[in-house]
Amino acid sequence: MAVTIVLAVLIIVGFLAGIRLMQSPRTALWGNRLGALSMLVAIAWTFVATGQAAPSTALVYIVIGGLIGLILGQSVKMIHMPQTVALLNGFGGAASALVVWAAVISYHGEGAEMLFWGTSGLALGIGALTLSGSIIAVLKLQGLAFRQAVQLKGHGHILRAAILLAVLLVLINMSLPGQYYYQFLPLIALLGLLAGFFMTLRIGGADMPIVISLLNSFSGIAASIAGLAVENVILAGTGALVGVAGMILTRIMCRAMNRSLFSVLAGFTPGTKESEAPSLEEAQSAAEATPVEEKQPEAETEAEPAVAKGSEADLPDIISQAQRVIIIPGYGMAVAQAQNAVKQLLDALEGQGKEVKFAIHPVAGRMPGHMNVLLAEAGIDYEKLMDLDAINPQFDHADLAIIVGACDVVNPAANAAEGTPISGMPILNAEKARHVIVCNIDEKPGYSGVDNLLYEQDHVHTFWGDAAETIPQLTGMIGQVS
Amino acid sequence: MILAMFIILVAAALLGYKVISAVPPLLHTPLMSGMNALSGITVIGAIAVFFTAPPGAEGWAAAALILAMINVAGGFWVTERMLRMFKGKAKESEVQEIPWQ
Repeated sequence: MAVTIVLAVLIIVGFLAGIRLMQSPRTALWGNRLGALSMLVAIAWTFVATGQAAPSTALVYIVIGGLIGLILGQSVKMIHMPQTVALLNGFGGAASALVVWAAVISYHGEGAEMLFWGTSGLALGIGALTLSGSIIAVLKLQGLAFRQAVQLKGHGHILRAAILLAVLLVLINMSLPGQYYYQFLPLIALLGLLAGFFMTLRIGGADMPIVISLLNSFSGIAASIAGLAVENVILAGTGALVGVAGMILTRIMCRAMNRSLFSVLAGFTPGTKESEAPSLEEAQSAAEATPVEEKQPEAETEAEPAVAKGSEADLPDIISQAQRVIIIPGYGMAVAQAQNAVKQLLDALEGQGKEVKFAIHPVAGRMPGHMNVLLAEAGIDYEKLMDLDAINPQFDHADLAIIVGACDVVNPAANAAEGTPISGMPILNAEKARHVIVCNIDEKPGYSGVDNLLYEQDHVHTFWGDAAETIPQLTGMIGQVS
Repeated sequence: MILAMFIILVAAALLGYKVISAVPPLLHTPLMSGMNALSGITVIGAIAVFFTAPPGAEGWAAAALILAMINVAGGFWVTERMLRMFKGKAKESEVQEIPWQ
């Protein structure tokens, strides 16, 4: 037993050290490999500890799963990373639920009974919830079904009832203990599946980063609780690590989007009061009722001549004269698949001896950190990729900010106005740059529905269109001084 | 044993919180796919159950083995692929971030 504990601690420390190495992009690759090595040791040790070191059918299943995993890992595109992570979240939850179910069938009343029945019910429910929730998330992210938030009649009631009933059954199953497990546990799993389905179904596209992070956390919590059920220290400890990581990311995403986890899960779209049923009209009317929006007409009349000022004729001068340039890529860049065009823009700018940096908002992609991966894939050095806190003070000294498919994350209304859905949301201070070029698809507001105050300012030049076309045009303007 | 298990769980969660919080946003996607791999740790639970299970339960454990291993192999490999793309020009000693003044 002492050996078990010591080895378990060593393996968990191995995982922790791996994550520690992930704190820097220089060492992260080795961190990942250390994690894989620790996993290998854990698996080998489990075979030895169960006295089954000889080749067996278990090995066959392990090889099958491993091969499928490698093929999946090799074939996915970087743009599809959110749905890949979502899919693996689901598999993790399902695997934990299955382990618990197999353990329940094989249970002979050894160990602490109440602990076993309580934890097995809980792990089964959370694992099932993670599975169905992740499947819906994958369908949404892949664009196969439910792309928009779907709100059914009595949606919230069904969800709450399913969760409440499942919790109740877990408690009854624990206190009996396990006398009617064959009736209760499948029911708990079913309720878990139902809850996951309803929870994810009504979540809108832009809130997906939050949901992926949350399901990531759940897959770890399910594993950790399954570890308690089968009294496996390594499983309990490692699952807890995953659970904590998911929770940290969920919190970061919520903060970056100015949403509370509650309002996301409750299916509220930005701009609605939490007591109201969400609808786009209400979101807009709520936004219009704010002082900033009242300023809007005035700003628009001022901007009339400014349309000519912001004409494309000025762009070559601006971009050629700028020395310090900050590029702000957003969700729209990923949609337009304009990463490579942005890389060429970067090369052209640097070819003229200009200094270029990238400003990456935490929710710039479809999942935490996604934008960085897409830009790294396009061959852009990570040293140029700056996060919000690092880049914001530098806009004051920038000659030019180029926005590529980003709206809400650069909207000054977040700081200037009270009561809009994005008020108080941390934004990139693009407006502080001497000139701003906006390469968005059109002037429609972003997900929040709040008009972008940036578009009305004198030093902001808008260049509407598909970024995959506008960015190469912009690149062509460099050096063309009229 | 149960007490030790709870202590290790709590310690892992606390240390994990400290270490994971310091992972920069730059690497949050690889962090998540790495966590997918770690959630595949369920495979060791599946192995243990597989060998003690009565004939009727073997199939469930086998399904768990396969799913968990997809997570382990898929998670680590996709993380490896991603991290290989993160390239910087400068060597460690040369890195100095001078903010624009």
